[in-house]
Amino acid sequence: MHNSRWSEFAVESLIRVLGFSTVGLVALIFVFLLREGLPVLSEVALPNFLGRAWYPTFGSFGILPLVLGSVLVTVTAIAIALPLGLATAVFVREVAPGWAREILKPMIEVLAGIPSVVLGFFGMTMVAPWVRQTLGTATGLTAITGSLILTYMALPTLISVAEDALDAVPKSYRDAGLAMGATQWQTIWRVIVPAARSGIVTAAMLAMGRAIGETMAVMMVTGNAARMPTEWDALLRPVRTMTATVAAEMGEVAKGSTHYHALFAIGIVLFVITFAINMTAARAIFAKRRRGGLR
Amino acid sequence: MTKLDVSRLDFYYGSFRALTGVTVGIEERNITSLIGPSGCGKSTFLRCLNRMNDTIKGTRVEGKILLDGEDIYSISSDVVSLRCRVGMVFQRPNPFPQSVFDNVAFGPRVLGQTRGSDLAGRVEESLRGADLWDEVKDRLKQDALSLSLGQQQRLCIARVIAVQPEVILMDEPCSALDPIATLRVEDLMRALREHYTIIIVTHNMQQAARVSDYAGFFWLNDKRSGILAEYGTTRQIFTQPRDKRTEDYITGRFG
Repeated sequence: MHNSRWSEFAVESLIRVLGFSTVGLVALIFVFLLREGLPVLSEVALPNFLGRAWYPTFGSFGILPLVLGSVLVTVTAIAIALPLGLATAVFVREVAPGWAREILKPMIEVLAGIPSVVLGFFGMTMVAPWVRQTLGTATGLTAITGSLILTYMALPTLISVAEDALDAVPKSYRDAGLAMGATQWQTIWRVIVPAARSGIVTAAMLAMGRAIGETMAVMMVTGNAARMPTEWDALLRPVRTMTATVAAEMGEVAKGSTHYHALFAIGIVLFVITFAINMTAARAIFAKRRRGGLR
Repeated sequence: MTKLDVSRLDFYYGSFRALTGVTVGIEERNITSLIGPSGCGKSTFLRCLNRMNDTIKGTRVEGKILLDGEDIYSISSDVVSLRCRVGMVFQRPNPFPQSVFDNVAFGPRVLGQTRGSDLAGRVEESLRGADLWDEVKDRLKQDALSLSLGQQQRLCIARVIAVQPEVILMDEPCSALDPIATLRVEDLMRALREHYTIIIVTHNMQQAARVSDYAGFFWLNDKRSGILAEYGTTRQIFTQPRDKRTEDYITGRFG
């Protein structure tokens, strides 16, 4: 009796420690990032750090082109992926016959498992030449090439989360829509999709979080020119993302140098952006829970 | 006038025959209640009348259902226009998670019946018709799920009458409501009787006796398939039932 109470206590403590350790690990990584990145603020003037030129060799550490490069590539990718992914989710959940759903769902999971370097190959050898020929750009390694590859990578997340959101819409809404004389399509578009709206927003957010952190495939296909993507045709020109910058330059930087600290500072910015995106997604989920009924 | 003429209706879930040989004529602009123990096909029968069972896989109908003389299951008949003419209110209030206004406007919008200022008029008229206007006129923009359950159910009724149907099917519309909300829905049904043919499934004998003009008693045959054991005016069913089983059921000897 006494013994069992003690083992109960031990197991409970173990679980508690394991649970908190996840939080601890995240905090640890963030502290590490801060320790290595924050010194850049004392070494480089703030206007320089937030400036428009990234030439570390000449003492220019402006991260703006990199941030904008990441945002451009990511937002474009989600803008393409959202309608595609939503349409696929609607098809899989609402329209497809049972056997087609059985085939499609695992296929979508497989899509998520393709290593990003393989997608990078695919992007370099198939998508980039296609972009150069059809869009008439000087090089195939452009922002839009990166966006297309990221679209590919974002789709599985987007589809499966959006599909869950559609699945969570009570059947009674469907019945009500159909019983009013609405067609299946009208019921889907005017009742089910709006009811799943917050879940769909979450899906887009999670996909965006994944896309903005993606490194390898993006580095292989975007051309990596650290320039301000502010022209109207910026999508058709090379860009460089934050992730590609860190990955490409980390290997040849002297530990403890300003450049080294600047790369970590980029890591902090990326961390903060991803954190903000995930928080927004989480808020959408909580808002839905609070309203009740939908989950 | 007979609005719905059902003859020798059999209904199958796969190979299981859930309804056998139901024959009945539903009178126009009257309230018909369907009573009987659970699982004997009342709701299934109701859902045959607007073809909601079509949404369930592996179901099949034999026999005829005529709406104003037209076979609703014939190849030429259109499910969408049928459901505009035969509206349905469900057991649990199921307003869409949208504003009160958008809920009522849903049908007219989807069917392209009205738009603009006409639409606002139609919404008001429907909410008045459902005896809800005074309670919600200042919060048309609010989420419908913020209303009380009783209000939600009347909103669902308003949503149905906004389409201007001829028949309204109600599947235990008060079973999720408290007695006071129930009473208001019953008053509403009596008012709606002027314009609509109403068919209501209920487990509440008093409710059937209070509101309906005609009553049908469902029962199971020896193959556990639903049959319409007795049909007549509510007065006759409740005062001089011809069938022993009807009498036992309504007097509360079981069920």
